[in-house]
Amino acid sequence: MNTSAAPHAVETAGLCRKFGSKLALNQVSLQVRRGRVFGLVGANGAGKTTLIKHLLGRLKAQSGSVRVFGFDPVADPVAVLSRIGYLSENRDLPGWMRVDELLRYTAAFYPKWDPAYAEELRRQFGLEPRAKIKTLSRGENAKAGLLIALAYRPELLLLDEPSSGLDPVVRRDILEAIIRTVADEGRTVLFSSHLLEEVERVADDMAMMFNGRVVLAGPVDEVKENHHRLVLRFDSPQSSAPKVPGVLSLTGGGQEWTAICNGKRDEAVAAAARAGGRVVAEGSPSLDEIFVAWAGAKSE
Amino acid sequence: MQLHVSTGDGVPIYWQIANQVKYLVASGRLAPGDEIPPIRVLAHQLLVNPNTVARAYLELEREGVVHKRHGSGTYISDTGSPLARKERLKILSERVDALLAEARHLHVEPLELLRLIKERSQSIQPKEDK
Repeated sequence: MNTSAAPHAVETAGLCRKFGSKLALNQVSLQVRRGRVFGLVGANGAGKTTLIKHLLGRLKAQSGSVRVFGFDPVADPVAVLSRIGYLSENRDLPGWMRVDELLRYTAAFYPKWDPAYAEELRRQFGLEPRAKIKTLSRGENAKAGLLIALAYRPELLLLDEPSSGLDPVVRRDILEAIIRTVADEGRTVLFSSHLLEEVERVADDMAMMFNGRVVLAGPVDEVKENHHRLVLRFDSPQSSAPKVPGVLSLTGGGQEWTAICNGKRDEAVAAAARAGGRVVAEGSPSLDEIFVAWAGAKSE
Repeated sequence: MQLHVSTGDGVPIYWQIANQVKYLVASGRLAPGDEIPPIRVLAHQLLVNPNTVARAYLELEREGVVHKRHGSGTYISDTGSPLARKERLKILSERVDALLAEARHLHVEPLELLRLIKERSQSIQPKEDK
């Protein structure tokens, strides 16, 4: 019961969730490998937080399954929650506590709490032990939340929009914490973000969600290598985006248009040729461009 | 060793790291026998995933730019790149094409460009051994 032989830190299969008539999660099947950093990206309302709540057992799967280190978070919350260090999007810390009280209070819940590590992080984050939580700045609040998620060295660090609304210095602290978590002991990190730059830097694997669905998942390098940017030139100016089947997005104007395609580069080139466009330049798009291309493709 | 990664363009981060190490070797800022930082240290410094740094090092090792010593670290090799000459020239041809296109666009004649290459080459020449 203490050790788990499950190959994946997180595994969902066909997970669905409805809120009223809105399908918040639609057949979500994801695997997060142990010892990897997994970035979950998607626009606001794509279902990232809903998915994370299922991993914590705060929501029960309506259909499909959820396993964290092989355990069902609803049936076996102790096995799951004792392995997860969680930083919520709203960082709901008790405002009336002082920093040192928060640490003592949290330590009581976790047999594996490491007081020396907690103290090291407190100093590194520049948190005053006697400061009241409610007087902390937004950045300090995030760091306090991160500290209590890290200090018992959880097997899975689960961060929901950790850097949302924070300045670059605090964001750096958070990225460092993620890197240290995987580098030190091969633990696993799952974080959601809409900052593609961060995902590109620290994630091994990623999944992209739109409207409750995972549209794209895989190693970050593979995702980048599979997408192509083609600049197409047409003989005459095009008043609206030409129809090129097989490309995710086509933006531009006049004679030149930029197409983003996922794999199937040669097919896209052929389709462009049939539409009267020839490739004048090509390159690798950034994750940002890939995301925007998918967002456009999914909203149509 | 000061490296910089950027995420705006499509160049994979491991590639950027490997290229910059090669550049530092070519320009003499890293000499044969120099130790490069352990994976974790560089990952922390650049704020990138350690696996990405590991991949860059593996790439550099495969190309013979660096080698690992048992139980210690990763060092710059003193042999040149063992890549076949044809292969190396092919890599460079792509860069030259891009450079020529840019030069043409900026109205710089090939001869002038050649002069510039020579000039730059002298400025990044590795220092002779003292």
